[in-house]
Amino acid sequence: MNPTKIDPSLNSHVESTHISGLHGTVEHTHDEAGNSMFGFIVFLLSESVIFLSFFAGYIVYKTTALDWLPKGFTGLETHEPAINTVVLVSSSFVIYIAERFLHVKNLWGFRAFWLLTMAMGSYFLYGQAVEWRNLPFGFTDGVFGGTFYLLTGFHGLHVMTGVLLQTIMLGRSFIPGNYDKGEFGVAATSLFWHFVDVIWIILFILIYIWQ
Amino acid sequence: MTNLSVETITQIEQPLPGAPDNWKRFFSFSTDHKVIGIQYLVTSFFFFLIGGIFAMIIRGELITPEADLLDRAVYNAMFTMHGTVMLFLWTFPSLVGLSNYLVPLMIGAKDMAFPRLNAAAFWMVPVFGVILMASFFVPGGPSQSGWWAYPPVSLQNPTGNLINGQMLWLLAVAISGVSSIMGAVNFVTTIVRMRSPGMTWFRMPVFVWTVLAAQIIQLFGLPALTAGAVMLLLDLTVGTSFFDPAKGGDPILFQHFFWFYSHPAVYVIILPIFGIFSEIFPVYARKPLFGYKVVAISSLIITGLSGIVWVHHMFASGTPGWMRMVFMATTMLISVPTGIKVFAWVATVWGGKLRLNTPMLFALGGLVMFVFAGITGIMLASVPIDIHVNNTYFVVGHFHYVIYGAVVMGMYAALYHWFPKMTGRMYSEGLGKLHFALTFLGTNLNFFPMHPLGLQGMPRRVASYDPEFAFWNVVASLGAFLLGMSTLPFILNMIGSWVQGEKAPQNPWRAIGLEWLVSSPPTVENFEELPIVISEPYGYGKSEPLVANPDALEVSHESN
Repeated sequence: MNPTKIDPSLNSHVESTHISGLHGTVEHTHDEAGNSMFGFIVFLLSESVIFLSFFAGYIVYKTTALDWLPKGFTGLETHEPAINTVVLVSSSFVIYIAERFLHVKNLWGFRAFWLLTMAMGSYFLYGQAVEWRNLPFGFTDGVFGGTFYLLTGFHGLHVMTGVLLQTIMLGRSFIPGNYDKGEFGVAATSLFWHFVDVIWIILFILIYIWQ
Repeated sequence: MTNLSVETITQIEQPLPGAPDNWKRFFSFSTDHKVIGIQYLVTSFFFFLIGGIFAMIIRGELITPEADLLDRAVYNAMFTMHGTVMLFLWTFPSLVGLSNYLVPLMIGAKDMAFPRLNAAAFWMVPVFGVILMASFFVPGGPSQSGWWAYPPVSLQNPTGNLINGQMLWLLAVAISGVSSIMGAVNFVTTIVRMRSPGMTWFRMPVFVWTVLAAQIIQLFGLPALTAGAVMLLLDLTVGTSFFDPAKGGDPILFQHFFWFYSHPAVYVIILPIFGIFSEIFPVYARKPLFGYKVVAISSLIITGLSGIVWVHHMFASGTPGWMRMVFMATTMLISVPTGIKVFAWVATVWGGKLRLNTPMLFALGGLVMFVFAGITGIMLASVPIDIHVNNTYFVVGHFHYVIYGAVVMGMYAALYHWFPKMTGRMYSEGLGKLHFALTFLGTNLNFFPMHPLGLQGMPRRVASYDPEFAFWNVVASLGAFLLGMSTLPFILNMIGSWVQGEKAPQNPWRAIGLEWLVSSPPTVENFEELPIVISEPYGYGKSEPLVANPDALEVSHESN
């Protein structure tokens, strides 16, 4: 019973590849990079709802809480975070340039600008850490302390993930023939980086500008 | 062309699903969507039985007015675990399992878009199931705050242990969320990008439409629950004050996060059941589905509306009047696309040549009970009635008619209907009909009495009650035990038929659909050659073929 069942499936691939060659109708099902990119975009859309929920929570607390700021604290310093913001937002353009270099097969140009993006991301994380160290309130100091560290921390986690992904992509750029099957990894990392940037812009407006 | 030989070799190594000596693959990290589908179904049914035991313990306590069977803390743990298990470990995973099995077959794909992601998502289910069950063995026992986990109740941690029942509960729900998001990304990508040639949007079976609609809800809703759960977990473990009113937090905000997902979650559960009804009625009435396009589109309308109804769970949570009015209106509005579907099913069945076998009986029974649940749902949507019966057994009766009456009945209908396809064997019709009779009787005996009880004012989640409520409670408890018994003929039927049932042909129901054009069970790759679809689904009573290449889908028919 079983051998006779397996036999036909041996021929199956000859059949299906033959047909796909004839009509050219089934390539879209083999477009795995396209599927991955589509799936990744769907995932990012879903991920953005977590941030939207935190933002909504922040707005509710800010507008309704009786004791908003911790005692003795007058407001957040915006100068350093603004510099941080400029660095992070401009890194989105840098990573785009890196992507263009890869597109025209200029690997060293890609690596240089990719590394610059990583440096800017790391600078942002460093700036965030310095700011955290100098704040007079902690995670458990009221809803302001809670939401502040929750939002900046959750975003910082995403920046860290982004830098980590960039490190992996940089390492993989040294593998010969890495881009023969397309540039999905780089494109997805880059998209993720833009996503992290957009989230930061909303976060900066909500937390630092709207005080 | 060059890698042809490599792929052929891997094909030999992967055994065909039909082979009987092949049960071990169900315990492996298989990436075949059909194996994963059955893994989901069997795992979730196991948890259905566990959740059912919890339910029978609850009903055992409630058979007398006094709290005499259980400690009250244990009783609280029982209803919390019952709700959590039934939702996160039975209804969600079982429907994901069915969708996993059917969607690629129905759209003419060889597998899901991301087979490994699919397997990883499944294996998280037993992991968080074990984490949840482990909460019985930690100090203080399992969570007692109900499946809503409302703070400040859920923030109480009398034993002071970091690892407590509530913390494990949150961890389990979080892992369940990750698994569901992975599944949702996979389903949406598969349905949008993996359809076979000619399978246009309006040639997709309604089941695929409903799975798409349900999984979109997972994508936009679940992250809100994740956000709320993370904040609750931080409150519980780190000591932040998001939801703790004593520290300036806002417990109502948690309710918003929770219901923003958990009301749409009801549609995640019921939409695939609508899909099952839409698949089953045409087959056994031998008529095309009435208003196919309208039924398909109304699924997406439900998805859209489901995002703006959640506050109807919070009419009694200090919600301002204007907000109550708005959400009363949106909640009643969502019954319009749902009602359209009900009319379409009735019109499909109307005047048809009905074949009342087990799947059809379950589908019809499910439809009747869904209509009943819909009527009480409209009642509850109205603020004055909801304020009156809020947190009473009327609410419990309403949602059990949805979840048992419609969802479990629909799920049983699907399991019988596709059993020959999944296993290659026919089930026993006699045992199936016995199962239907016991389930239908048990469901109504169990859940109907909750409506008069609620109207008389019996609150939910109590271990003891006034003696005047005793009569209906005894009836409900007897119904619950009958429901427990009703699973026995089902288990006997499924296992017995799988092992030694009559061999099933390719299409035992003379149904129209891609999955019925291949052997039972289908081969690992589903289709040798991708089907080229040339007509709309449900062409019953018409002579146009579904695909242009029916003989090329498989090569091996003559050998069977």
